[in-house]
This record gives sequence, C-alpha cells and structure tokens, in this order.
Amino acid sequence: MQSFSEIDTTCKRASKAAGFSWGIAEEIGKNIRNLEMFGLPGVKNLNLYLKKIRKIPNEKIKRIRKINKPKKKELCPIYCGTAFLDNCKKLENFKFIKFFNVSYPLLLLPFLGRASNIVGKKILIKYEKNNFLLNFDKTILSDNLNCNRIVYKAKKISIEFLENNNSFSQKEWKELYKLSEETFVEESDRLKKKGAGAGLTDND
Amino acid sequence: MNKPNIQLREPSMVMKLSRLGSFHQSKLSFLRSFIREFKSWNYKRDLFDLNKDGYGTAVYSFEKKGRNYSLVCFAQHINPEERSDRVIATKWDAAFVLHDGKPTKQDIDRLRKNVPKQEVGRVTYKELTLSRANKSIRAFDHVVNSLSKGKQPDHEILKRVGYLYRTTAVYGSGKFGLADRFRIKDRKEIYGPFRLEMMLVYLVRQFTFDQVNHIAKFKNPNKAVYLNKDIARNLGIGNSTGLGMAPFIVNHPTLLHNWIYCREKALKEIRSIKEVNKDDFNIFKNCLEKSKANIDTWVTDSKYQINKIDTLKTDLTKFFKYLENLNSQKNDYLWNLIYIWSEENLEEECVEYIVSMMMEPYEKIIDPLIINMSSEEENYFNIPADRKVFDLKKIIEKNYKSIIEIDFRDKKSTSNFWFISKNKEEPRVANRYEEHGAELEQPLAIARDIKKLYGKLIKYNQKDTVAEFLSNNDDLRHVVRRAFIVENFPYSEIQDNTIGASLVPIDMLRLKLSFFGAVKFDPKSDKWLRINMYQGAPHPHEMKLSKDNWVYNSFN
Repeated sequence: MQSFSEIDTTCKRASKAAGFSWGIAEEIGKNIRNLEMFGLPGVKNLNLYLKKIRKIPNEKIKRIRKINKPKKKELCPIYCGTAFLDNCKKLENFKFIKFFNVSYPLLLLPFLGRASNIVGKKILIKYEKNNFLLNFDKTILSDNLNCNRIVYKAKKISIEFLENNNSFSQKEWKELYKLSEETFVEESDRLKKKGAGAGLTDND
Repeated sequence: MNKPNIQLREPSMVMKLSRLGSFHQSKLSFLRSFIREFKSWNYKRDLFDLNKDGYGTAVYSFEKKGRNYSLVCFAQHINPEERSDRVIATKWDAAFVLHDGKPTKQDIDRLRKNVPKQEVGRVTYKELTLSRANKSIRAFDHVVNSLSKGKQPDHEILKRVGYLYRTTAVYGSGKFGLADRFRIKDRKEIYGPFRLEMMLVYLVRQFTFDQVNHIAKFKNPNKAVYLNKDIARNLGIGNSTGLGMAPFIVNHPTLLHNWIYCREKALKEIRSIKEVNKDDFNIFKNCLEKSKANIDTWVTDSKYQINKIDTLKTDLTKFFKYLENLNSQKNDYLWNLIYIWSEENLEEECVEYIVSMMMEPYEKIIDPLIINMSSEEENYFNIPADRKVFDLKKIIEKNYKSIIEIDFRDKKSTSNFWFISKNKEEPRVANRYEEHGAELEQPLAIARDIKKLYGKLIKYNQKDTVAEFLSNNDDLRHVVRRAFIVENFPYSEIQDNTIGASLVPIDMLRLKLSFFGAVKFDPKSDKWLRINMYQGAPHPHEMKLSKDNWVYNSFN
C-alpha cells in the first residue's frame, strides 16, 4: 500500500511533468491525498486526466462567473478548482455556480472542500447523478459511492454554498434543552450568593 | 543597570547560510531531549538471534503503559566492494526498522524480506522509521579482535572514529510505505521533534555494542571479554549525510521556523536574566571547559572544516581570557554582556557555540520549548488569495530585504540548479551552465523566484487581489505561498541564494544536523559529511538516572 505522503509527492511531480506549474502541482498533490484519504479514487482520476491533457490540453479558466462554459474544448478541473479556491470568498455571494463540460470532475472536489473550510459553509456539488456534500474539508459525503466508476466528463456541474442553518426545528431543540436542564442544580439564595465569583450586581 | 532592550535576533542575520552553518548541538537538540523524555520508558532486548559471525535478527524495544516501539535489526554479510555510504548503495551491513508495537513472527518474516532492500523494499503503516548502516571497518574489526583476545580496544583508534557503525539514511513519514505522520501525531510521547528517528538511532547504537560482544565471544569463547561500558558509552553512531537533507529545510518552512524560533527565544530569555546565579554560571563554564576537549577530538580532512575548527579554537582562547577578566558577580545581565562581546569580537562559529553553551544551565527555559519544535505544515498551506497585491509586495519588502537586492542577471547568481536524480530519486545540485537537466529544476531556487515575483508585483495594480494576480502568474504560485508563510513565521526562510556560485550546501545540512544533536561535523566534500550522534550518551539501562550533560563527557 502506498502511503499518503507518497501519493502527495508522486502526484505533485507527475502534475508538474504534465505541464502544471510547481505551485499548482503542490495543490494537486495535497488534493489527491485528501481524495484518497476520503476513500475516493483520486490517483485513478488524476492518472487518466494527465494522460489526456498530454495529448490535448484542456481549457484554462481564469475567472469564475455564475455560469461557466468552455469556449471550445473541455474545462480543466484543476484550473477551475484553483480559481474557485482562490476566489471562494467572493464566489460565496453567488450562492449557486454552474460549470459546463468539465473533464474528470472528481478532481474539482478537494478544491471545493478546502473552499468550504475557508468560507465556513458546506458546499453541495452535483454532476452526472452524483451528489457530494463537502463539510469544511473534514468529510465528503456522497449518495453514490462507486469508486470504480470514472466520470470522464461532467456535462453540467451545479455547486451550491449551503447556509449554516440548523438541521432541526426549534421545537426539537427546546425538547432536548429541557432534558439537558435535568443536569443542573436549583440554586438556593445562599448558593446564589456564594456559588459564583462576581456579585449579584456589579455596578462599581 | 537599566534593563537592556533585548530583542529576538533578526531573521536577516540568523537565517544567513554562514550563520546557520555555524550552529552546534545544544540542550534543545533532539537526541538530548529524546533521552530526557524517554528516561522513564522500559528498555528490553526482546530477541537476539545472530550466528557466530554476527549475522541474523535482533529486536529491541521501549515500552511504557502498554505502548511499545520495537527496533527490528537485520545484519548480513556483504563483500567489501559492496560497502558504500553513498545513497547509490544497494546492500548494507545492517538494516533497521522501527515497528509500532511488538512484531509478530509474521511481521519479522515480512520485514526480513523487505527491510534489507531499503528503497526497493516495501514496509507498511505498522512501521515508523527505516534505516541502514555500514560498519566502520577500522573500528569494528579492531574492537572485535581486541575483545576476542581478552583486551579492551585501543583508546586512540576509537577516539579517532567515534563509532562502530555509520547510518547512511534514516527515513520516516510515509517513505516506502512507512506510516504517515497523521496516523501517530497525536501520541503525546512523540510530540517532540523527530522522536522516532532519534529512538531508532539510539537503539541501533545498542545493537552495535551487542554485536561486537557476540562476535568476539564466538571467536574466542574462553578468552573474550565484553566491551567496557565506559568505552562503549563514548562511542556513538556515525552518519553519512548528503544533499537529501538540504531540500528538507526548504520544503518544511514552518518547521524550520519553529526550530530557529525556539533557539532564538531561549537566547532572548537567557540574555534577559538580570542576576545570573553563580551555580548556573559555573555550569556554563564547566560545559565550555569540557567541550573544549571534545573539539580536540574533532578530526576532519576537510580544509573548510579545519578552518572552522581552527577559528573556533582561536576564538575560544580569546573568550576564556575575556571570561577570566569578567566579574560574573558584579555584572547585571551577564549573559547579555557576554553575548554582545562575542558578537563584537568572535566569528559566527564561536558565537553560536557560546549561544549553545549558554542554554546548558536552563532546563526551565529550554524544556517548555521542546514541544513547539514540531509543526503541522498543512495548516499553513492555503494561500490567502483574497488579500491585495499591495500586501504581498509589503511582505516581500519586509521579509526578503537582502534577497530582492540580488542581481539574478549575473550568471554567478544562478550557477546551480537542484534536481532529483532518476536512478535514486534523491536531490542533487549541479552547475546550470555545464550540466544538462536545468529544465527539470526543483522549486528550491526560492531567492530567484521571490525576486521574480517582486519584479512582477511592483508593476501590478496594487489594489488587485492576489487571486487576480495568480490567475495570470501561476508559475509563481509556489513562492506566493511561501511569502504568506514567512509573514507569520519569520524564521521560515533561508535569507540567502541557494543557487548562487558561492553556495556551500553542507551549511544547510549542518543546520539540520545541529538540531538533531550531531557532533564532529566532518565534511567529505561541499555536498556530504560525516557526523556522530549519541557519543557519550547513557546506555539504555542507565537512562533513568542519566544527566543531560552527557554530551560533554565523551573522551575527556
């Protein structure tokens, strides 16, 4: 078994060899390591993608808009991801972002995971019957974990920044809170005076 | 006396290669802090299955509260022509791996098939560090022969060599399938830096003693004696180190910062002591006196190092004279006085030597720093690309002042390039204008690339974000990342040109080795050197009662 450190180093070097700058290659190394740690086929996707772009380079996106389409070829997931990561605080305002015709979309995921961590919001990404929920770069949840199935191209990718909302109702919260109160001690007047450091009034 | 204004030393001064290459071992060094921290662990030799020639398998372990680390050793016969300390070697006298826990018979069988092969073998996440070593034939054979004849070895021969075996690499953190650091980093006992590498080397040293005793006994069962414990204590483990270490310090900027920062913080705190206790001052003087004898046993054929040692000796003589005339009881801020005098009167080699010695009396200052000498590099990987070009430009002007003054149009400034060799996957440095391969240069020419970045930034719209800048300049992304790191970690960057004609790569190696705690730097060229580790260190069964100044007790 390869260690994650070996995966990081080899992916970085291979990406440089395939034409990316060292700085981007460093990002790729870290990202593929993350994908593999999450149990997703990062190495497999990267290997196929680097082989593809050595023959036909993909289109590099420089600026991300609400809707992003390639002019001629397919969009490069690495450049899309890098631009997304670098601009994530601005992009958060769009709430929804769409990409069309992106090669190997799995390679976009770790950039978005890191962006989720930076902006402090979960990000939902959908393409080709795959849904991924990216939780602050801590986990990636998917409803379709089929590691051997490679998505060579996503015709459409939808990205949504999820607002930090509760996943429960106020009623549910109150019920739970009430139960938690059973661990508290009812204070007598004497305890109120002596149990805490500050006075009952502190207007001095 | 008014309190002097004592600050941390400036990175622009400390991070020069000539200064970093003058660092010496100190109380902060990892092999010393390892012994302090592992004093309470239980040492055991679990297996010693060697044949009459000393070939076979041995296992040594440290255990505490159910946690166990085991060194598995494999010793084999190799022909003299196969014995090479260079990384191109494919066979070694002995190979070692530190296993996480007690190895089963299956583990040992698996490791036996892989560990002696080193880089072409595979280990697993159950293994933590990997190494190999060759005998110092002149010392090893002499010791075995002497012991087998019932005599102790000749002091002069051992003094000259200082060890029985030399390691030629110690690998960790995921190399060749070893456990990734994230798997073990939360274990408290290895919070300190390079704990597992230090443990491996320490246990290897014990194996070398056991092996010579074993072979001598088989050679002459009736007459052989054991190696005297005092003599053994004065033997360390040698190490041959090449360029592999140099990129490490460039590629781990926050780690480098933490090492240097702790050293600088210690120095600042010591210089700030108003009244220096007489006992503490005597500890300093005593260590200095003893260490002088160590310098005399420091043998090297390298002109570069001979000059450094000679300067050190001359400066130390000057320094002792200065100390004689100094009234240690009448001066407030004595350490500060000594430090300032040293900077004004001595060369860097001796100044840094004295700085190391000044730490000796101060466990209370040093020990709390040790835990801060590791780093999670990943936490600082993201580029804050929403910041402005102006901010980045200012960071560079503040933190790379001397770098942006270098003229990289001058060929001498770009003489060298760093690359990874295809046959051994190891870092190398070569002349850009004489050798092929510069187009495959590694991203280690930080000074040149920072200057290039600066050149572009000053022409860019200062109000643009770094993200906008990067979208047009992704070739500079690696140095943009570094610049934002140096903003918060000022000692993270070498303030010199690592591709210039005057580069002495062993300065980079010596920096790292001094933090390890190595002594007796013996450069064999400007690209590799030999050193000694654990010379004078307590034997494993003596660790519990050992004193930390053992490093000054060797061969006095």
